[in-house]
Order: sequence, then C-alpha cells, then structure tokens
Amino acid sequence: MAMSVLLAVFMLCAVIFSIFHGTTAEMSAGLLGGAKDAVSLVLSMAGVVCLWCGVVEVMRRAGLMEKLADVLRLPIGALFPESKKDASLRGDIAASVSANLLGLGNAATPLSIRAAARLHDISGRTGEASDSVCALIILGSCSIQIIPATIAAARASQGAASPFDILPAVWIATVAGCASGIVSGQLLKRVWK
Amino acid sequence: MIWQLVTPLLILGVVLFALLRGVEVFDALIAGARDGLNVLLRIVPALVPLLAAVTMLRASGFLNAFSELCRPAFQWLGIPPECAPLLVVRPFSGSGALAVGIDLMQTHGVDSLVGRTAAVMLGSTETTFYAVSVICGAAGVGRTRYIIPAALLADFAGYISASMAVRWLFT
Repeated sequence: MAMSVLLAVFMLCAVIFSIFHGTTAEMSAGLLGGAKDAVSLVLSMAGVVCLWCGVVEVMRRAGLMEKLADVLRLPIGALFPESKKDASLRGDIAASVSANLLGLGNAATPLSIRAAARLHDISGRTGEASDSVCALIILGSCSIQIIPATIAAARASQGAASPFDILPAVWIATVAGCASGIVSGQLLKRVWK
Repeated sequence: MIWQLVTPLLILGVVLFALLRGVEVFDALIAGARDGLNVLLRIVPALVPLLAAVTMLRASGFLNAFSELCRPAFQWLGIPPECAPLLVVRPFSGSGALAVGIDLMQTHGVDSLVGRTAAVMLGSTETTFYAVSVICGAAGVGRTRYIIPAALLADFAGYISASMAVRWLFT
C-alpha cells in the first residue's frame, strides 16, 4: 500500500509540475527511458552482486559468522543486560548482528526476528516493546553492513573509477548512525513511558 | 590508495581461509551467485516502475525545484541539497531509494560530490520503516514506543556524517 501511494505521488507531482513548466515532452520521454534504464541497470549490476553473494556464501560455509558472533558476545552482554545470564539468548543476538555485519541478506532478517522475539518473551510484557527490544530493533534498522555490495555494484554500473572507494566514508557514516541510534535509545527510554 | 586493495584482499583472504577449513569454495561461490541472481530478479520488477517515476520527476524539473526549495536548510546542515529527494524516499522504500540514488549518480556524475554522498547514504542507512515493521510484526511487538523516533534520529545522523565524510575524504 505504502509503495502504491509513493508511486502515485511521484507520478502526480511529475505530471502536474511538467504541465506548469512546459516540460511535458521530456517528462513523457522520461517515463519510457526510466523503465528501459531499470533493466539495463540491473543487468550491469548483476556481475558484482553475484560475485559478492558468492563470497558471502563462502564466508557462511567457512563458519565466519560463528567466529564473528564469538567476538561480539562481550559488547552484546553490555548492551543487553538480560543476555548476560542466558548464553543462548546472547548467541541469538550475536548471530543476528554478525549476519547483518556480513550482509547475509537472506539469513539476517529471520535471525533478527528470532532474537527480537526471544528478548520480547523474556521481558514478560504483552504487546509493548521493552527497552532491550527497542535497542535491538533500533540497531536492526541501522545498516551495519561492512561491505555494501549492491551500492558498489550500482557505482560500477554508472562507470565509477573505483566503485569501492566509498568504503571508508560508509564506515564513518555507519558508526555515527549506529552510535546515534544507541545513544538516542538510551536517552529516550528515560523520558518515554 | 590503500582501500583499492581492501576488496581483492578481503575476497582472497576469505577464499584461502575457506580452503584451509575444507570448504568447496567454487561450489559455494556458484550457490551464492545463484542467490544473487534471485535477489536481482526480485529487484527488477520493483525498479522498473520506480525508476520510470523518478526519471519523470527529474525530467519534469520537479526534483531540481524540490532541491532548490530545500537548499537553505540543507546547506545549514552540511548536506548537499541535491540529495534532498533521497532523504525523503530512503526510510520508506529500498528500491525507490536506489532509483533516486541512480538518478543522482546519472545527473551529477557518479564520482561527483553529490553522486558519492548519495552512494554513501544508501550504503550506511536502512529502509527504516520497513525494517521496523517487519521485525516488530514477526516478533509480536505491538507498541513500538520510541523505536521509530530513535531509528529516524540514527538515519539523520547517518546522512549528516555521510555528507561530512565524503567532503573530508574527496575534496
């Protein structure tokens, strides 16, 4: 539903604006050009995306996710106090965070749901999110992917000189975003009843 | 530049590590690539109408007018005003944001300040409303309390630091 409204708003704005600004010809050409570009764009992204998904699968089969999850146990214990006593809960949270870090798209969402559901059960609240559940979901809504392969593929498809040169900037923005999410969660939980 | 070595070394490291642990690396690469194709197949149908609509918005002149409207506030925040449409779409739709990002790369140049900032914003934020509703829905969380405000604050910090980081590193 949200997507339908978004699309309708886009097209409505484009049509009305073009009538008032005499750009109807360009606008109408844009409609067909955009549709054509979408397919060639995805085709030109396909190589990088497939290569990266292959590497991610190699990581998964080599057990890198579990190794990363081991490293994450300590900081996760600090952020989610109830996981200190419950090793399997901490394991679930660590698994979901490390799947997100590695960009295991298909595996990450079910793991995040599992971790959130277990935290929610432990909180004993019905329907309302506890502070820990809030923290986990806020973290889940921040992109913590180390290698944003789809974006690098999009840059490559547009002829970037070095598609991955945005990595350090992505890491800075990712860390700043996550830190702000965690801090605002900690601040808001004091005032939000 | 050191980060031109990051990706090749990372992939090489993963391959060697997996080989030492007895993983059939080539089989895994092929299986993963097949998953990648499925991901792309899922993106295409959504991207066709969205990129068509975004290109219409660009060609009609609406996107330029919108960016100009946002210019004073965005300049004060240190975010390139051209990225304004991306900020509006990003929390609602991942493929919509990709369409806007591609349009910005095409219009302003993929290695321009605007093109790079758009890419960094896309790479460092999530489709917030979608992520929160999927996880909360499946985990049985009804009242989300302060999750949305905190997640949007995190996005906002991500946009500002993406703009700053690109300016520091590329100018």
